[in-house]
Amino acid sequence: MSREKPTLAVFKFASCDGCQLSLLDCEDELLAVTDRVRIAHFPEASSQRIDGPWDLTLVEGSITTPEAAEQIREIRSASRFLVTIGACATAGGIQALRNFADVEAFTRQVYAHPEYIETLATSDAISQHVPVDFELRGCPIDKYQLLEVISAFLYGRRPQVSNASVCEECKRAGHVCVMVAHGTPCLGPVTHAGCGALCPGCNRGCYGCFGPKETPNAPGLSGQLETLGMDRATRVRFYRTFNAGADAFREESERQESGAAPPEESGNRP
Amino acid sequence: MSETRTIEVDYLARVEGEGAMYVRTEGDRVEEVKLSIFEAPRFFEGFLRGRDFREAPDITARICGICPIAYQMGASLAMEDICGITVDGVLQDLRRLAYCGEWIESHALHVFMLHLPDFLGYPDAVTAAKDHPDMVRNGLRIKKIGNSILRLLGGREIHPVNLRVGGFYRAPTPAEVVGLREELAWGLEAACEVAEFLATLDYPDLERDYEFVSLVHPDEYPITHGRLGSSSGLDAAIRDYDAIFTEEHVAHSNALHSHRSDSGEPVFMGPLARFALNRERLTPRAAELAERAGLGTVCRNPFRSIQVRMIEIVLAFEEALRLVDGYRTAPTEPALPVTPRAGTGFGATEAPRGICYHRYTLDDAGLIADAKIVPPTSVNQPTIEADLRELVQNNLDLPDDELRARCEVTIRNYDPCISCATHFLDLTVERQ
Repeated sequence: MSREKPTLAVFKFASCDGCQLSLLDCEDELLAVTDRVRIAHFPEASSQRIDGPWDLTLVEGSITTPEAAEQIREIRSASRFLVTIGACATAGGIQALRNFADVEAFTRQVYAHPEYIETLATSDAISQHVPVDFELRGCPIDKYQLLEVISAFLYGRRPQVSNASVCEECKRAGHVCVMVAHGTPCLGPVTHAGCGALCPGCNRGCYGCFGPKETPNAPGLSGQLETLGMDRATRVRFYRTFNAGADAFREESERQESGAAPPEESGNRP
Repeated sequence: MSETRTIEVDYLARVEGEGAMYVRTEGDRVEEVKLSIFEAPRFFEGFLRGRDFREAPDITARICGICPIAYQMGASLAMEDICGITVDGVLQDLRRLAYCGEWIESHALHVFMLHLPDFLGYPDAVTAAKDHPDMVRNGLRIKKIGNSILRLLGGREIHPVNLRVGGFYRAPTPAEVVGLREELAWGLEAACEVAEFLATLDYPDLERDYEFVSLVHPDEYPITHGRLGSSSGLDAAIRDYDAIFTEEHVAHSNALHSHRSDSGEPVFMGPLARFALNRERLTPRAAELAERAGLGTVCRNPFRSIQVRMIEIVLAFEEALRLVDGYRTAPTEPALPVTPRAGTGFGATEAPRGICYHRYTLDDAGLIADAKIVPPTSVNQPTIEADLRELVQNNLDLPDDELRARCEVTIRNYDPCISCATHFLDLTVERQ
């Protein structure tokens, strides 16, 4: 085959490296992937770097500094397709907890010399700064979904990634519903599929690491959480973890915090 | 007039997270060495305040995608310390097994994908696979076995969901655990072969008189618990950590630097330190390989850390096999009951890169009032800088490119996890 292989670039912003590690965790598939794409920029894996433009760029992490906001624009302009991988890049991640608080106060708690630190007041999703071609959810992403994204790109089609809820995956996996059977609080009804309902499979409630599904009824779920005896402060925290900045979770946590009544249409069904 | 020379690496490759290096020499003297960590600050201690004690393992896992178990377990131990419970017996065995999985996964990532390409002369493992397909394939398979332990005990490899304060959410069945055995047995033999191969490579000379610090335990090679020990005779409880080490905020790093509070000297944590302080508690195959590799009782050459890491992979396979064979019945409950109370607690484990220390204070409702976490990369920063200084001083005759490459390997010797250290690293060498 004489045609040049398409190029792949991987960048990171504020993050734990876990989502880009998912690519290296494809132990059985990694060499097959690199048969089809040329890794042009992936500093965690290679000291060889090829300048853009790149055909497919994967971006991990959230935008939290003025330099990062500048850099993502350069990366976008050098990328044919740009896919965000994981909750940080897609929704601001756990770093978005700062969006609810006074960042200067946080800086003082961790660092003795806050004047050395340059940081933005918010942790932003990549899409708040540049257009994004596809967003892959999860904290961390599922490596098989990542392989699907790369395959879809190679074949010029949309990735086939379910946008159902964790509840649907859970039923399909045959797990007993932890909320109905054991009264365990669970974000499964409002959370985006993708993990394979791991937590209910371990007898614990979903904690929403894939972020909100499309059109979730979070106010309805909050009513159920209250019925199960979860107090208001805990309900606020329940929505504020790794996707605290995603609209549906942010709005519901703020509504719980303010004690506002649920919107009319929510009913009690999540 | 003396010549100024700078050697810089503005974005270190094959390390976890974002960092840079800067070295400046004047004539035949190294004037300045900086390992800059420019990874964006990540405020975890701040985020933990006001959270429930049971949330700490899931939140702290997000500090690092490569060694989440180190955070989950350190946080759990500290919470259990506050609440007055001790996880032991079969639950402790399962914890050690999970941690063996993390050691295998993390060490294999570093040995095969990040460090070995330096010694074989390739930019990465994928390129190396063209000439050394079996080495890279076996390395990936070894890594996968570590991940399969994490998948079984944790639910997934990165940010496992099944570990909690008090133990686990679900205990695996003996049949599930025994399913690991065949691959573990293969992995042990494969790892031994790689350890033999690594003994045949040439390593640059660099030996300094480090103070090695690691956990020590009378009965086992330290992974999940132990006391603080050092090559200078330190012997202290985990709760004394804050008195022994001081963290300092320097301008060129978003990760705090650590040093001994009394002497002000930096220390060395990680595989070489564990090896030096726990040599006699290596498992049989690991001990035999260390002997044959000529590593002696103490190895002070950080370039040989790849060999010690490989020997620790062998050890983790031996331990995992022992624990798998010993798991005859699942525990009656997957976790001990934990009732929160006000107080301060401490936890430390041996993360793949060295001691990962946690301290939390809870109020009487079990909410976190204060948190402090010190990852090993943070502690090793000044030691890495001192290594770079010595390396450059001893090799001033090398051309810039070669010296820069040698500097990068010097940093990789520590398998620095910059994301853990919570800051970004950028390497610049300025020669005047």
